[in-house]
Formats: sequence, C-alpha cells, structure tokens
Amino acid sequence: MSELAYSIAFYIFAAITVAAAFGVVTKSNLVHSALLMALCFIGVSGLYVLLQADFLAAVQILIYNGAIAIVFVLGTMLTRRSLRHGTNDTEANIPSKIVTLVSGLFVVVTLGVIATTTWHYSSKVIVEDTPSLLAQLILTDYMVVMEVGAVLLLAAMIGAIVLAKGVEE
Amino acid sequence: MIGLTHFLTVAAMVFGIGLYGVLSKRTIVGILMSIELMLNAVNINLIAFSRFVTPEVLTGQIFAIFTITVAAAEVAVGMAMIFRVYYDRNTVHAARLDEMHW
Repeated sequence: MSELAYSIAFYIFAAITVAAAFGVVTKSNLVHSALLMALCFIGVSGLYVLLQADFLAAVQILIYNGAIAIVFVLGTMLTRRSLRHGTNDTEANIPSKIVTLVSGLFVVVTLGVIATTTWHYSSKVIVEDTPSLLAQLILTDYMVVMEVGAVLLLAAMIGAIVLAKGVEE
Repeated sequence: MIGLTHFLTVAAMVFGIGLYGVLSKRTIVGILMSIELMLNAVNINLIAFSRFVTPEVLTGQIFAIFTITVAAAEVAVGMAMIFRVYYDRNTVHAARLDEMHW
C-alpha cells in the first residue's frame, strides 16, 4: 500500500516537473514562463522528498522559488519593452526543426543508455537524519569547499551590484 | 516499484527540454531560465544516485548543495548583466547582441 502511494506521488511530481518545464520553453509570455519555472521547482522538490533528501527539498523551495524565480519575474518585468511580439518567442532565424531534432535525439540516446545500463543498487541502510549529517560533513570534510562557496557568493554579490549600477556610481 | 531509472528518466527529459530552450529562445532571459532547468535536472541525478547507489554517505547531496550555490551566484550575475545590457542597448534579444566591441 505504501509502495503504491509512493508510485502515485512519484508520477504526480514527475508529471508536474516535466509539464511545467515544457511550459517554460513553449509559453510565449516570459512572465508565464517564470511562474511555470517556479512550479517546476516545486515538483523537483517533491522528487527530493521522495528521494529522502528532506533538507535539500527545503533548500530547493527556499532558494529556487524564494530567490531565483522571483528574480526572474522581476527581471522580466524590468526589461520588457514592446508588446508587439511575445516576450519569450523562439528565435526566428534558428531552424527550430533542427533544434528539436538535436534535443530530442539527446533525450532518446540518454534514455537508451539509462535503460540498457545495469545499475548497482546498494543495500545499505539509508541515512535518516540528513540535516545533522550534512552539517557535520560540510563543517569537517568539505570545509574548504564551503569556504570557497562563501567567497564565490560574496564575489557574485559584489559583481552583480557593480554590473547593475555601473562602476562610476 | 520506483527505482533509480525512473528518476533518471525524469531528469533526462527536463535536461532535454532545457537544451531545447537554450538553443531556441529569443531573449537572454529565456536562455538563462532554460539553463536553470538543466541545472535542476543535474541536481535530480545527483540526489537520485546518492539515494540509490551510496545511501550511507551523503556525497551526492553535498555536491547538489554546491551546485545550488553556484546556480544562485550565476543567476545573480546573469541578471545583473541582463540589466546592464538592457540599459546600454535597450534590448535583450540574443540575435541583436552580435557586436563584440564597444
């Protein structure tokens, strides 16, 4: 019974994710695209919950929905100029059939590789208390990487301010 | 029974959709959004492998955290560049940004 519930939840979240992602690239209004992207991120965080990565599911909602999707909506509204065309149309100069063919071929090849590879599942016990173990790992084994990440975020913040405001101001 | 392949399939589909968006979108905002979709697909893969192949260590989840960090930094700098380009040239269409000089 719980396995059935797990399967149903997986298919619902997978459908939300893929359908919203499809909407992001097909909608002709950029604001709709940004909101659908937020929906796609919610579906992905549901998949994280099913993968027992509860901390990452929370991080996904906080960062992707709370920050990135909002920044995209803001950016869309600040750079919208004319309403003659849709704001998120596909490029007319690019042969869209070739692009569709290339990305479709990529997906087909990847699915073929996934289906034919024999995956080695581990039978070890799953870690239950992920946040505390993650915190332990980040502050011991991956300490240097975390510090580099902090410096990267600081550099990105300063760079974004300088780029958006201009050096002379 | 939902296994590793199901999650990998979803991730591959999202990545393919993102690839289509990157190659075909007209505005740089749309291209940046599609890159975000591709990064999310990669994160699904990382966490699925962490859950099914090495469930006793959390290396995949840690890697996903750093991917999210880099994605956040990328969006911040990318949006700032988009604002700058819009301020300077009054357009965000990728096809019109073809001069690589001032």
